[in-house]
Amino acid sequence: MELAFYLGGLVAVIATLGVITGTNAVHSLLNLIVSLIAVAIVFFALGAPFAGALEIIVYAGAIMVLFVFVVMILNLGQGAVEQERLWLQARTWILPAILSLVLLGTLLVTLSAGDGGRMISGDMLTAKAVGRTLFGPWLLVVELAAMLLLAGLVTASHVGRLPRDRRDDKKGGN
Amino acid sequence: MALTLLPLTFLFPLAGCLILALGYRHLGERASAAVGYTSVGLAALVTVFIVIDFMFGDQTPQRLTLWTWVAVDHFRPTIGLMLDGLAITMLGVITGVGFLIHLFAAWYMRGEEGITRFFAYMNLFVFSMVLLVLGDNLLLLFLGWEGVGLCSYLLIGYYYEHTENGMAAFKAFVVTRIGDIFLAIGLFLLFTELGTLDIATILDKAPALWQKGNPVVEAAALLLLGGALGKSAQLPLHTWLADAMAGPTPVSALIHAATMVTAGVYLIARMHGLYDLAPTAQYIVGLIGALTLLIAGFAALAQTDIKRILAYSTMSQIGYMFLALGVGAYSAAIFHLMIHAFFKALLFLSAGAVIISCHHEQEMARLGGLWRKLPLAYAGFVIGGAALAALPLVTAGFYSKDEILWEAFAAKQSGLLAAGLVGALLTSFYTLRLIVGTFHGEPGSDKARHADPGKGIQHGLPLIVLMVLSTFIGAGITPPLSDVLPAGPGEATESGHTALELMASATAMGGVLIAGWLFLFRRAWLGRVVARGPGAWLWHLWHNAWGFDALFDRLLVRPYKVLVRWLRGDLIDALFMILAALVRVCNAVLVRTQTGRLRTYATSMVLGAALVLLALAMGY
Amino acid sequence: MNGIPMEHGLALAAVLFALGLAGLMFRRNMVFVLMSLEVMLNAAGLAFIVAGTAWGQPEGQAMFLLVITLAAAEASVALALLIQLYHRFKTLDTDKASGMRG
Repeated sequence: MELAFYLGGLVAVIATLGVITGTNAVHSLLNLIVSLIAVAIVFFALGAPFAGALEIIVYAGAIMVLFVFVVMILNLGQGAVEQERLWLQARTWILPAILSLVLLGTLLVTLSAGDGGRMISGDMLTAKAVGRTLFGPWLLVVELAAMLLLAGLVTASHVGRLPRDRRDDKKGGN
Repeated sequence: MALTLLPLTFLFPLAGCLILALGYRHLGERASAAVGYTSVGLAALVTVFIVIDFMFGDQTPQRLTLWTWVAVDHFRPTIGLMLDGLAITMLGVITGVGFLIHLFAAWYMRGEEGITRFFAYMNLFVFSMVLLVLGDNLLLLFLGWEGVGLCSYLLIGYYYEHTENGMAAFKAFVVTRIGDIFLAIGLFLLFTELGTLDIATILDKAPALWQKGNPVVEAAALLLLGGALGKSAQLPLHTWLADAMAGPTPVSALIHAATMVTAGVYLIARMHGLYDLAPTAQYIVGLIGALTLLIAGFAALAQTDIKRILAYSTMSQIGYMFLALGVGAYSAAIFHLMIHAFFKALLFLSAGAVIISCHHEQEMARLGGLWRKLPLAYAGFVIGGAALAALPLVTAGFYSKDEILWEAFAAKQSGLLAAGLVGALLTSFYTLRLIVGTFHGEPGSDKARHADPGKGIQHGLPLIVLMVLSTFIGAGITPPLSDVLPAGPGEATESGHTALELMASATAMGGVLIAGWLFLFRRAWLGRVVARGPGAWLWHLWHNAWGFDALFDRLLVRPYKVLVRWLRGDLIDALFMILAALVRVCNAVLVRTQTGRLRTYATSMVLGAALVLLALAMGY
Repeated sequence: MNGIPMEHGLALAAVLFALGLAGLMFRRNMVFVLMSLEVMLNAAGLAFIVAGTAWGQPEGQAMFLLVITLAAAEASVALALLIQLYHRFKTLDTDKASGMRG
């Protein structure tokens, strides 16, 4: 159990590093999927199989496929990779990196200073328990999530529409 | 009976003004002129009737209160009229001379743009002026005083298409306004001290309240004098009158020679009781008169515009009146005022005749040789000029000016007397120069060569009547002033009068002879003298009237403009502008942080979050 | 087996979040920016799961569900915007879309 957690965590961190430093969009996406699956393994290790399943199905499956589609539509070539390499210079990333490290350090220090000692046994919290929570006291949250998805759907279909020709363009709608 | 007709003297001109103002679009040129002079003519007829009634009556002052203006506690100024010898003299001059000038204006203004407007202003002027002299309290007098000032402004700026005319009107208005402020403060002072503005009451109360030479009465007298100086174009508020010649010539004749500019003389004569109590102020009146008559006399010598010569001559003659007032000879001043109104109106109207005949030419250098072509105007100039120069016995000016000199002599003011005699010499000089320059010699331009003489009764009648009045016949009119004004210092004695008369006559005659010799036979030599050296310097100095305009420009106008420029950028505003500038600087700095780059925004957000978290962690 | 200390789980979430944040800040290509955003959201979800399992409560997973919903909505809108950006500017460089410069 512990082994799965630590290995999964390590893989997730390395893959994420690959995501943010990659120059090829497709490679980065694959790295991201790896990272997500690694996190899903961590979920299983922690004893949250429902969340782990959702992570793989929705995140790594649906959302990442969306990304892949978009990257395919854009059809970025070798020029894009060169461009990325050019943009990724030390002076670009040194300040954000330091800032992130400072934040991370602060978080870790705060964590270690907290009332530690609680252990995660890895007992299963099954989908049944989650379902009881969601459709019991949290019903309103589910409704809110539905509203959010609807709003996202409408927005995406509106914003993502491309003008068919110049006349539409002139109308200035999109 | 006659008294009830008195309001008609100013209601006729007011009615004329209203008819002209309201019927602006419907009245033609002839109709406008007819309304203009008929209204004043009717007023003059009423005046004649009143004068006859007054002269054959007991000549006591009569009062007619029309209604109470306002009533606030014990402050009850009335629309009240007072008819006495002084008022009736002024009334006669205003309506009589005014009517003649209106009649002449009907000829002069023929074919001018906006003739209806001209006559409306002229009638309004007569209305205001009559109100000024008839008012029995100082408030009503002040109303008329401001009314004539307004009309003067409007008529100087009559040809408003030219900017310089507008500026001349402006100058006249602003300069007289300075005097009017003094007058207003004087009225306030009198009211706080005496509690009334009624002239008769003031003159009654003043001797009881104040000792001779009391500082309060001196101050009041000086403040009234300030008003008189502005209106009567005396030193140092005299600079506007020469520029006021921008108006049509009948306006110069009526307002800037015969009536309005003498309002200051009237005011001081009217308030003589105060000046009797204030010897210092009275002395200053005489001093200013003497100075003005000399300065204006010299300035008149070096003018080239015939109207400007007459303007400076007017200042000089009013200086004589002030001199008379200054020695306590109020009757002599008023007598000279009346005679001066006759001959100066004559001179201005003759000048107007010359100007129209020569197609609007008034530069002396471009006139000349006109005496054969314009005999009537020439006669007017000769008779008026003789009266101005006070040629002995035959002219009216001799009698009035001689009386002033005699009073000055009797008052033992030898300085003032000397100034008067020098002034008489100067008067002969510039008068002769004017007449010779305009009517003799060779014509200076085609306009003068092709002069057409004026015709018609409107042109001839005023000139002839004024000519008659300017001779000794005019001097026969004795204003009934003895009941109103105290006797001058010269009435008690007669010793030396004849000697002085001879001396004054000799001065005037000598001046005329010398000037005649110089201007008729030594003209070329004179031209050489003024062309270079000290002669040129003096010419320049006198031509610019001793440089008063430049002096005032440096002393008052420019500092005022600098002050205005300062205040335009309001100092307190500047303080707030610092705040605005600070905000602007902050804005400029903050605008730079808006790069429009997503990364920068994200980074700065994280930076903020990191700082907040760090602060929290430190505190932990 | 003693189980996993909760701090380790949270530390992992923090590390992933910091990595996502760094990527968000220094990438110029919008695709990478969005991927960094996904990483951060995922890290937040992980933190919920860790806390939920540590206390033995299902609410953590319920909250994760919400996070995933949010991520889905965000991804769809953001990708639509990305397509618009590419269409208008012919590039994915976020610095080019600097219409908000002061």
